[in-house]
Amino acid sequence: MAGNAQLDTSRNPARLLISGDWTLAHYTLLKQQTEQLVGHYDAQTEVDLDEVSSIDTAGASLLVELLGAERVGQLTDTAQKLPAADRALLQTVYSSMRDFCVPVKVAPQNTCILLLSRIGGAVYKLWQDTLQLLGFIGLILQTLVRNLFRPTQWRITPVVAHIEQIGLNAAPIVVLLTFMVGAVVAFLGATVLANFGAGIFTVDLVAFSFLREFGVLLTAILLAGRTASAFTAQIGSMKANEEIDAIRTLGLDPMDLLVLPRVLALLIALPLLTFLAMMAGILGGAVVCVVSLGISPDMFISLLHSDIGVQHFLVGMVKAPFFAFLIAAVGCLEGFKVSGSAESVGEHTTSSVVQSIFIVIVLDAVAALFFMEMGW
Amino acid sequence: MHTPGEAVIEVRGLCNRFGSQTVHENLDLDVYKGEILGVVGGSGTGKSVLLRSIVGLRRPTEGQVRVFGQDLLSLPEEARSKVERRFGVLFQGGALFSSLTVTENIALPLIEHAGLSRPDAEHLACVKLALAGLPLSAADKYPSMLSGGMVKRAALARALALDPDILFLDEPTAGLDPIGAAAFDQLILTLRDAMGLSVFLVTHDLDTLYTITDRVAVLSQKRVLVAAPIKQVEDYDDPWIHEYFHGPRGRAAYEAATKFKEQ
Repeated sequence: MAGNAQLDTSRNPARLLISGDWTLAHYTLLKQQTEQLVGHYDAQTEVDLDEVSSIDTAGASLLVELLGAERVGQLTDTAQKLPAADRALLQTVYSSMRDFCVPVKVAPQNTCILLLSRIGGAVYKLWQDTLQLLGFIGLILQTLVRNLFRPTQWRITPVVAHIEQIGLNAAPIVVLLTFMVGAVVAFLGATVLANFGAGIFTVDLVAFSFLREFGVLLTAILLAGRTASAFTAQIGSMKANEEIDAIRTLGLDPMDLLVLPRVLALLIALPLLTFLAMMAGILGGAVVCVVSLGISPDMFISLLHSDIGVQHFLVGMVKAPFFAFLIAAVGCLEGFKVSGSAESVGEHTTSSVVQSIFIVIVLDAVAALFFMEMGW
Repeated sequence: MHTPGEAVIEVRGLCNRFGSQTVHENLDLDVYKGEILGVVGGSGTGKSVLLRSIVGLRRPTEGQVRVFGQDLLSLPEEARSKVERRFGVLFQGGALFSSLTVTENIALPLIEHAGLSRPDAEHLACVKLALAGLPLSAADKYPSMLSGGMVKRAALARALALDPDILFLDEPTAGLDPIGAAAFDQLILTLRDAMGLSVFLVTHDLDTLYTITDRVAVLSQKRVLVAAPIKQVEDYDDPWIHEYFHGPRGRAAYEAATKFKEQ
């Protein structure tokens, strides 16, 4: 039988009749009833608990709210018909609710103020993040220089292991991706340039774009997604598991142990992968040229020889170490920012990928402007 | 305090094997209504595996687990979920959801199973928190911001959310300071008396065993060696049990509990 609370007005003074099952299953119903009763009774109103058939903590808490902790305290002594176990339950609930009172609801804030405070918070966080990243970059450089002159502290094994993970294992996907983008660029060039009777310049288009921009940019974006996220997740879960603290208490430096090998590995792997990407992209373009434009492989190579100076290759390659350094720094820093929960690991992994891709593209745009102005 | 009445959990002929390694062989165990059963055993004797087999997290290799007279494993999904709602489980590490606040952790089963609205559920969650002895300042915190003892209490509050009939506790006092552990013991005792819970308590804490358990089951040699009130278990003729209860720690716990009960 569902629980029930009603005011018995047949007698004067009226009394409060509490009956039925006061359990979780009827909680919503009971709560409505008790809310309707508010104001219709006072501390002197007689309360009858004799008809209550069962009660659990949810029901007991409602009773305490209905009658007040003190009143329930008295009732547990007077309501003799209630089974001893139920009285004990009431007693436990009312004494714990008395000791830990119900919280005050926080008033909802003005939407306008909330919006402004969020914008302010975001701007402040951006500033703090930038400062932190700059500080972290400084710390990496300091560690690097310190270790440079101490060959005994060079950690060759982890560096090689990381190069395998982030370089060798990523090579197939980098090659495949850039090969296909190369083919697509060649198709685009062939279609547009053929209108001007300049289809032959497709060769230049592919070579220029891959040597100067696409080779390094595609590789960097791919590694930002693949490696920065891995760095953050690895270091982040170590942080959540107090392993970073353990490293510190063992008198070791997490910068030496975790960050430097990763940064160095990426500094070596990214330029190598960039080279692969350039070659694969040009190869993709060449295949399209040979198949659909009727340019023979010999001619393709001789055109490359005559039109494309080596400085384009250098302009592309010189960017690779900068990208590598920043991707590794962002990935590791976000890892260190992780706190406790599993959700935090996910949050910072996302943030590290977004940040590193953003930084790579911004830096690339700035570099493109610079090289163009310099006439390189 | 306890009268061996109706058994709420009956384990019969339970076998658990991991590859070639046998953890349980023909294990029998009963848990009676309203009692606190302590389960002890050396490390690696499969206390946690037994708990997982009973609550249905692990399918035993052989044997039967009957809860409230029903075989959990042969029940259809829905009926099984209904029985499982009468369980409250406190995992060793608390297993609070780290992305939810303490209140949200407790409100989750109330919203999902009892169909309460969010404000009602969160309000009731605060009551459960109070029952578990947590101050309200902890309500809006995330589990990573809590101390070890508070995590245990919050996890207990979540286990109590649906007013379970059986409470499973996996080493509830491990990692608590002695005062906190004693308070936790008393809390379980109070809740058991108030809510008529049956408690399945895996522990290494001798003080807990002496102060609150009605019966103690000893897991050894792949089965339950003995399950009886602690005074009888102490005198059981087995070298491991003798070492366990009559070692220096066992003695100290016994004396402490006797003193406590005299007060």
